[in-house]
Amino acid sequence: MSGDGPAREMGQKSSPSALTASHGDRGLDTPYEPVFVGARRAELDELLTRYPTKMAALLPALWTVQEDRGWVSPEAMAEVAQLLSLTPAYVKGVVTFYTMYHQHPVGRHFVQVCTTTPCNVCGAEDVVKALLQHTKCGELGVTSDDGRFTVIEVECLGACGFATPVMINDRFVEGVTPETVPQLLAGLG
Amino acid sequence: MGFPHKIHERETPVLSRHFGEPEARSLDGWRARGGYKALQQALAMDPAAITIVVKESGLRGRGGAGFPTGVKWSFMKPGDGKPHYLCVNADESEPGTFKDREIMRWTPHALVEGSAIAAYAIGAETTYVYIRGEFTEPLEQMNAAVKEAYAAGILGPNAMGSGKRVDVHVHKGAGAYICGEETALMNSLEGRRGNPRIKPPFPAVAGLFGKPTTINNVETLAAVPHILTNGADWYKGFGRKDNPKSTGTKLYSVCGNVRYPGNYEVPMGFPFKDFLYELCGGPPRGRSFKAVIPGGSSVPIMTMEEADGALMDYEGFVAAGSMLGSGGVILFDDQQCMVRQIARLARFYAHESCAQCTQCREGTAWTTKILERIRDGAGTPADLDTLMDLAEQMTGKTICVLSDSCATPVVSGITKFRSEFEALIKPSRSTVAAASPAAALA
Repeated sequence: MSGDGPAREMGQKSSPSALTASHGDRGLDTPYEPVFVGARRAELDELLTRYPTKMAALLPALWTVQEDRGWVSPEAMAEVAQLLSLTPAYVKGVVTFYTMYHQHPVGRHFVQVCTTTPCNVCGAEDVVKALLQHTKCGELGVTSDDGRFTVIEVECLGACGFATPVMINDRFVEGVTPETVPQLLAGLG
Repeated sequence: MGFPHKIHERETPVLSRHFGEPEARSLDGWRARGGYKALQQALAMDPAAITIVVKESGLRGRGGAGFPTGVKWSFMKPGDGKPHYLCVNADESEPGTFKDREIMRWTPHALVEGSAIAAYAIGAETTYVYIRGEFTEPLEQMNAAVKEAYAAGILGPNAMGSGKRVDVHVHKGAGAYICGEETALMNSLEGRRGNPRIKPPFPAVAGLFGKPTTINNVETLAAVPHILTNGADWYKGFGRKDNPKSTGTKLYSVCGNVRYPGNYEVPMGFPFKDFLYELCGGPPRGRSFKAVIPGGSSVPIMTMEEADGALMDYEGFVAAGSMLGSGGVILFDDQQCMVRQIARLARFYAHESCAQCTQCREGTAWTTKILERIRDGAGTPADLDTLMDLAEQMTGKTICVLSDSCATPVVSGITKFRSEFEALIKPSRSTVAAASPAAALA
């Protein structure tokens, strides 16, 4: 994290829209567009009625951010912090605890392969190799040059009887083998 | 999405009866299968009477700990002027376990109904179903079922016309095994890092939002409507006559090196050998089983000699040297290197440690490091003692049992498959010399 001024100030007082962003692919000094406007704001307001504290809406709010922007930027963390009366540092502390929130932009297709023991004994590591090869990522956690794919290993996806499960964004695919990898990736833009 | 196998004739499908029937997912389909009759019945009963039936049935927690459900419910004191909560633990992440996933995928209304009954029995105004973030399909099914139940007036301020309020909300997790630990789940629901809390206070005193809370596993709650409809005696009828401590049916998730993986439901006390060879079809063709973990990765590994004589219930697995745990049965065939697989399990725990307690944060990391160097042929003869020593330091000393869970497969693995470890450790010249000067000269 760069620790630059805007994100810090945002959580304190000023309005998110007045700030500039320095992260992501929007380019430098593009004004930060808040996530929670219109329908998404209404959704958040509805969500807040389900819990006795604002803080309890933090995980769902971060999910909304990620669904909308593809990742959770420091600016978005600050926006969420302000909405839920938290500090940006607190929100960052929570974001970094959970593995599913992306703290950096990732490929358009985020591929998670389970390699924990039950899948491991069924050959999950060969599935990883095939995915790294066919997506041209080469390495785990690295986004392919064309920006299409990021492949990571994930701990137990809870579908052990259908080894090897692979998640591509929200799509959950069971029984993947090195042979079915090309077919799995076919048609993805 | 994978469909379940055809029900084996020796299975007793109670919870899994409608797995694989897409029509059972909708409210109409669920009602056509007898759904929500138990809730209707419950709402006309005195809440305390429901708890008594559940207590009498002998139902025990299916998440791993096996605590009697009715007893847990009786810790709640409705009418003390405080809000009360029910948390449904659907953060199923124990390696080898995928039963709750199937309950939510195929019969989401079974969980909604069981949760609503439990909430009414313990006087919880609000229920949160905490589902792990990776479970996209169960999340979708549960969200749809809850929405349907609200629209039909089954949930809400006047549940099924009873004048009683029953609210159920689905909450999506974000990737953390530790959030399956009950107090970590509550922290996570509150919007915090998923660190387990020190107990006491126990959740029934100060749980979610600091208020009295009960937390139950998905499978436990899904069994409740059946118990209410058919009675405690019916439920007690499943199980060994000589072991009244384990009652009912249990879902087992079978995975690893086995011919027919999947979820199987059998009564308590079922012979493990028959289960593995008849129902699950034994090992893959041309192989033989070497080891099995019967209750999710946190329970001791069994040799096949131990497994052959085991009876499948809480006490039966303990007598055979392991535990029932979550019912995640992981099989290893003769092609597998146990050192490699135990090292992989340790890596899982090291990754999932919340890092609050030193013994766990350091212990899981060092255990993994040492196991991986043994796996890679760089181990030393002292490593096994170091691992056992570490395991001892990691057991019973931390806020939650994640650290203990990492130590368990290591200790049982080294004890039961020591020769595999030793074969990978080549004694170094200096240690051989120290142990026996003559050998070094020879």
